[in-house]
Amino acid sequence: MLKIQNLTATVDDGAKTILNGLSLSVPAGEVHAIMGPNGAGKSTLSYVLTGRDGYDVTDGTVTLDGDDLLDMEPEERAAKGVFLSFQYPLEIPGVPTLTFLRTAMNAQRKARGEEPISAPDFMKRAKSLAKDLKIKAEMLRRPLNVGFSGGEKKRMEIFQMMMLEPRFIVMDETDSGLDVDALRIVADGVNALRSPDRGILIITHYQRLLDYIVPDAVHVLSSGAIKASGDADFAKRLETEGYDAYA
Amino acid sequence: MDTPNTSDVRVKDGIEAETVEGVRALEADKYKYGFDSDIEQEFAPKGLNEDIVRFISAKKDEPEWLLEWRLEAYRRWLTLDEPTWAMINYPEIDFQDMYYYASPVKKKELESLDEVDPEILEVYNKLGISLKEQEVLAGVKGAPKVAVDAVFDSVSVVTTFKDELAKHGVIFCSFSEAVKEHPELVRKYMGSVVPVTDNYYATLNNAVFSDGSFVYIPPGVRCPMELSTYFRMNAQGTGQFERTLIIADEGSYVSYLEGCTAPMRDENQLHAAIVEIIVHKDAEVKYSTVQNWWPGDADGKGGVYNFVTKRADCRGENSKVSWTQVETGSAVTWKYPSCILRGDNSQGEFYSIAITNGHQQADTGTKMIHLGKNTASRVISKGISAGHSNSTYRGLVSAHRKATGARNFTQCDSLLIGDQCGAHTVPYIETGTPTAQFEHEATTSKLSDDQLFYCRQRGLSEEDAVALLVNGFCRDVLQKLPMEFAVEAQKLVAISLEGSVG
Repeated sequence: MLKIQNLTATVDDGAKTILNGLSLSVPAGEVHAIMGPNGAGKSTLSYVLTGRDGYDVTDGTVTLDGDDLLDMEPEERAAKGVFLSFQYPLEIPGVPTLTFLRTAMNAQRKARGEEPISAPDFMKRAKSLAKDLKIKAEMLRRPLNVGFSGGEKKRMEIFQMMMLEPRFIVMDETDSGLDVDALRIVADGVNALRSPDRGILIITHYQRLLDYIVPDAVHVLSSGAIKASGDADFAKRLETEGYDAYA
Repeated sequence: MDTPNTSDVRVKDGIEAETVEGVRALEADKYKYGFDSDIEQEFAPKGLNEDIVRFISAKKDEPEWLLEWRLEAYRRWLTLDEPTWAMINYPEIDFQDMYYYASPVKKKELESLDEVDPEILEVYNKLGISLKEQEVLAGVKGAPKVAVDAVFDSVSVVTTFKDELAKHGVIFCSFSEAVKEHPELVRKYMGSVVPVTDNYYATLNNAVFSDGSFVYIPPGVRCPMELSTYFRMNAQGTGQFERTLIIADEGSYVSYLEGCTAPMRDENQLHAAIVEIIVHKDAEVKYSTVQNWWPGDADGKGGVYNFVTKRADCRGENSKVSWTQVETGSAVTWKYPSCILRGDNSQGEFYSIAITNGHQQADTGTKMIHLGKNTASRVISKGISAGHSNSTYRGLVSAHRKATGARNFTQCDSLLIGDQCGAHTVPYIETGTPTAQFEHEATTSKLSDDQLFYCRQRGLSEEDAVALLVNGFCRDVLQKLPMEFAVEAQKLVAISLEGSVG
C-alpha cells in the first residue's frame, strides 16, 4: 500500500507551493488514475514520490508498505520497488539498452541483498518481453533511447518496467505520443503486470489510456491536492465536463 | 552502421558490469597507486649542469657519441625558453631543485627475474603488473601474453619474455641496453622523428634522459604478443625523463602499451618524455597509453607535470600508426601525440580520452601532418572536465601541397560535469592542396541532472550513474583499446571522476 498523507512540496526555495496537503492511498493490487488540468502538480507528484532534486517537502509523509520513502535516496526507492515511467524518457548515449538495464537490475538486486541475475536468464527474459512489446532485438543493442521515436521511448519504459518487476509503479503521461496500436501494446503490458501485490498510479491528461487500462479509482488533482475521487466511469465524465468544477 | 554480433555484445556488457563493480570496490581509495615504496636508491646530486649530464652518461656507461649528444642538447636547452602558448597555468619550475637521476641500488648483475629486488616486484604486484612470465596482466584470466619492460624511476629494472621475442627476431629491451647491444639501430633512428631541437622539454630530455624502452620489429614479422612498458616514478623530488624508440620495419606489426603511475606527494614532479615511432612500408604500429600519474590532491597540491613529446613517422607507403590514449592523471598535461604521414597512402589515427577533475589541467591533442599522396587521418577526442579542472583539445591537421587527396576526419566531443570546469577546443586546419578533404565536428555537452536522475530512478547510485554515462560518452575510444587495458581504463574513468557530482 502506498500511503500519501498531507503532502506539501515547494520549489524555488519555498517561493512556490506545488503540492498542497495532498492525501491519497493506493492499496496493493489496485490501479488508480490521477487526472487534472495543466499545472495541477501531476508531474511534481511523480518526482516527489521518486526523490528527484529540486523539490522541498515541507509537510506530510509518504510510505510504501510502512517504509518512509521520503527519507530515501532515489536509488534506494528504486531498490524498494518504486518505478517511474517518465513522461520524457532520457537518452543515454553510448550505453546499450540491455547493458543499462542489466546494470540497473543488478544494482537493485545488490541493494536488496540478492544475487545478480545470470546473463542467460537475463537474456531469456529480455528476449521474451521484447517480443511481447514488439521491440526489435536490434533496438536492445542500441544506446538507450538514442534516436528512438517518442513512441519507441515509451515502449522502452514499459519494457524496463516489466523487466524490473517493481512493487509500485508511477506512470507519468505514458499515453502521450502513442498511436492507437502502440497504446494497445503498452496497455497489454501494464495489464499483464496487474497483480495482488503491486500498486499502480497512472497520471494522465486524457481518459483515452483508461479505456485500455481500467482503473479501480480515479482522482482529480487540482491546485496541488486531490479534489474529488470516483470509479472508472468518473474519468469519462471528467473528459466531457472538464476540470473547472474542481479548481 | 555495423551491428555487433551477440558474443561481442556480451563481452562489452561484462566490462561494463565489471566497471561498476570496480568502482564500488575501490570507493575507499581514490588513487590506489599513491603508495610510497621504501627502496634503497642512489641519486645524482641535485640540480642540472654539464657535470650532471656527464654523471648520468657515466652511470649508464655510455659511448662517447651519446655523451656528446647529451651535452649538445644541454647547451641548446640553455638557450631556449619554456613554451607558454598552452592553456595551462603552473608556477615556474625550478630546474635546479630536482634530481635528474635516481636508480634502485643494484646489488649485483641480474641473471634472471628471480633476482629482481623483491621490494620492486612488490611495487609492481601492487600495481597489478606481473613481472613473472607465467602470469599475465592484472588478473585478467585467459588474456594473451604481454611482455613488460618495467622502468622504475630512471632505470629499466626488468624486461620479460625477451627470449621468446628474440625467436621472432623482435628486439624489446631497455633503451640503455639498446645503446650497448644495437648501437647501429639507435644511431640511425634516434632523433630522426623528434629532433634534439624540437621543443624545450624534448631538448631537456635529450640532455638528461634516463631510460625507456626500445622496440625493433624485423620485416614481415607480426609481433607475437603485446609489448608494454610500465613507468613508475618513486623517488622523491626526481624528474622522470624516459625515451622510447619503436621501429616497425617493412610489413611488420606491433601493439604497444604504456602505463604510468606515481606516489602521492605534496610537491610537483616533472615528467618530460620522448616517444619516437618509425613505421616503414606496409607496417603498422598501435600505441596505447593509460596515463595515471598522481594528479595532485583535492586542493590542487602536488601532482605530476606531464610534458611529453610523442611522434610517429609513417615513412613508407601504406604504413599506419594509431595512438590511443586515456589520460586521467597528472596535475598538468601537455601532450600532442602526432603523425607525420610521409609515405603515400599512409594512415594516422588518434583516439583520446582526457579526463580532468579537481584542479587538473590538460592541454592535449594531436598533429596530423599530411605529406604523402592519399594519406588519411582520423581523430576522435573525448574530453571530460569535472571539478575545477580545465581541458583543452588542441589539434593541427595540415596538408602539404604535394599531399594530394589527403583526407582527415576529426571529432571532438567535450563533456562538462558541474559548473566550475572548462572545456576548450582549438583546432588548427591548414591545407596547401585544393584536393584535401578535411572534416571537423565538435560537440560540447553537460552531464545533465535529468540523465543522472533517470539512472538513479532505475537503481544506480549517483557515482555508478556518472561512471556509466561517462563510459558511454567515451565508448568509441574505449573500444579501440586492447582488451586487457579496456577493463582497467573503464575502471580508471570511473575512479577519476569520483566525487565529481553532488
